[in-house]
Amino acid sequence: MRAASTRERPTTGSWSLRVPALIGIAFVVVPLVALLARTDWPQLGTHLSSPVVGQSLRLSAVTTSATMMLVWLLGTPLAWLLARSDHPLTAWARAVITVPLVLPPVVGGVALLMAWGRRGVVGGPLEAWFGITVPFTTVAVVMAELFVALPFYVVSVEGAMRGLDRRVDQVAATLGAGPVRTFVHVVVPLVLPGIAAGSALAWARALGEFGATITFAGSFPGRTQTAPLGVYAALEQDPDAALALSVVMLAVSVLVLGGLRSRWLR
Amino acid sequence: MAGRLVGLLAAASLTLTACTRDAAQPDNADEPQDGLTLTVLAASSLTDVLEPVVDSFEGDHPGLTVRAGFSASSTIVQQVNEGAPADVVALAGEASLEPLEDGRRSGPVTLFATNQLEIAVPVDNPAGVDDLDDLAADGLTLVVCAEQVPCGQATERLFAQEGLQPDVASYESDVRATLTKVELGEADAGLVYRTDVAAAADRVAGVEIPEDRNVVNRYPAVAVSDRELAQDFVDHLLSEHVQERLVEAGFGPAPER
Repeated sequence: MRAASTRERPTTGSWSLRVPALIGIAFVVVPLVALLARTDWPQLGTHLSSPVVGQSLRLSAVTTSATMMLVWLLGTPLAWLLARSDHPLTAWARAVITVPLVLPPVVGGVALLMAWGRRGVVGGPLEAWFGITVPFTTVAVVMAELFVALPFYVVSVEGAMRGLDRRVDQVAATLGAGPVRTFVHVVVPLVLPGIAAGSALAWARALGEFGATITFAGSFPGRTQTAPLGVYAALEQDPDAALALSVVMLAVSVLVLGGLRSRWLR
Repeated sequence: MAGRLVGLLAAASLTLTACTRDAAQPDNADEPQDGLTLTVLAASSLTDVLEPVVDSFEGDHPGLTVRAGFSASSTIVQQVNEGAPADVVALAGEASLEPLEDGRRSGPVTLFATNQLEIAVPVDNPAGVDDLDDLAADGLTLVVCAEQVPCGQATERLFAQEGLQPDVASYESDVRATLTKVELGEADAGLVYRTDVAAAADRVAGVEIPEDRNVVNRYPAVAVSDRELAQDFVDHLLSEHVQERLVEAGFGPAPER
């Protein structure tokens, strides 16, 4: 990208490059346009007022908000430790936290069940001692979303923090600030762009979460049926409502990407 | 920074699009639909029983390979309407067949089996479910099928007919997903077909619903391609041999017409 401005003559004139490039673009654009073309625009308002749409969007708003709170609370210190710690286990921790990035979400759901299910490693004692069951609850939805979204945030914020000059936190320490104060008042404000970008990615991932949710939390309107699960459930019963919900999610995704591009990518 | 983010976005889109729609497509569905391959899309409750049915049909037609794909009945109809390659569809309820477009139907609808609901519970039956009324007990984790699939419609009819309003923990996308939640012990009880309990006999226990309180689902099959073999397969479902297999698996025989 940076090199482009230094080139003297265009190197993209050949059709043997343009044709595959155009096919690639079309492959992505055609389904998105088809989604818009098949949407029943005049009746969009009616479809959007069907119960499945409102309920699932509301639940998605609530669960992704809770997820983001946890992502900030847990992810920001984690990213800082990964960026600065010299502990031999740091590299391992960094590798482990990125696993959900590449893991098929449904496998994540199975793993969550094995840990937090009623016969799970943690969930078993939790039910036996405290009578708390996690699967099929809104809490389970948030856990599934946190599992898949946290790595996006941590990887992105850690990148920004590693780019920070070590002298900055050293100076803060010299001036008498403790590690927590340095973190809160010096480090976090300096990496806010990275935090914003990481948050947008993590939030989009949480919003789109499907596989881990349906496996771990099941599907119940208003309790565990988030927007993607709503699309899946409605597609066979009320396809117009499913399309309307899809259009809303497409619009949200485009807005998030637009925000990212204009602010942090240029 | 920018390059890093682009990489992240690529990873994001990978996982974002990994919405797992359980396609009813059998393996190698892209092979040409020549005379040697027949594609059958069947309801997930037919998963176990269809194998011997396919074997006997292949035995009658040397050189023929039958590919079977299993999914929720509602998913199958939707996919065939959207042009999924198939020769025969076999569903778990008549209502699911209704949305199948007339242009896709190449033969008469054949009702080839019936099925009834049964309560599946974990082998140790932690909630002590003994009959239908126990499903309304406080604190019971009950999973049922979503209303767009036949077992979900049967469940709704059962609840309405018996005046039951139990708390449901989750509406699962097909009957096998409902069964799995019980197998894993995450649910205290699930409403599935009698045949599913029989097929998973070593992993779940069944609590029968008496005949006079139960509901009956009738299984339709219809040819969705013009090939003669497609109609032959539908007719094969009514053969004595297949009817015996179906009854062995716990289905009711083809209803009188």
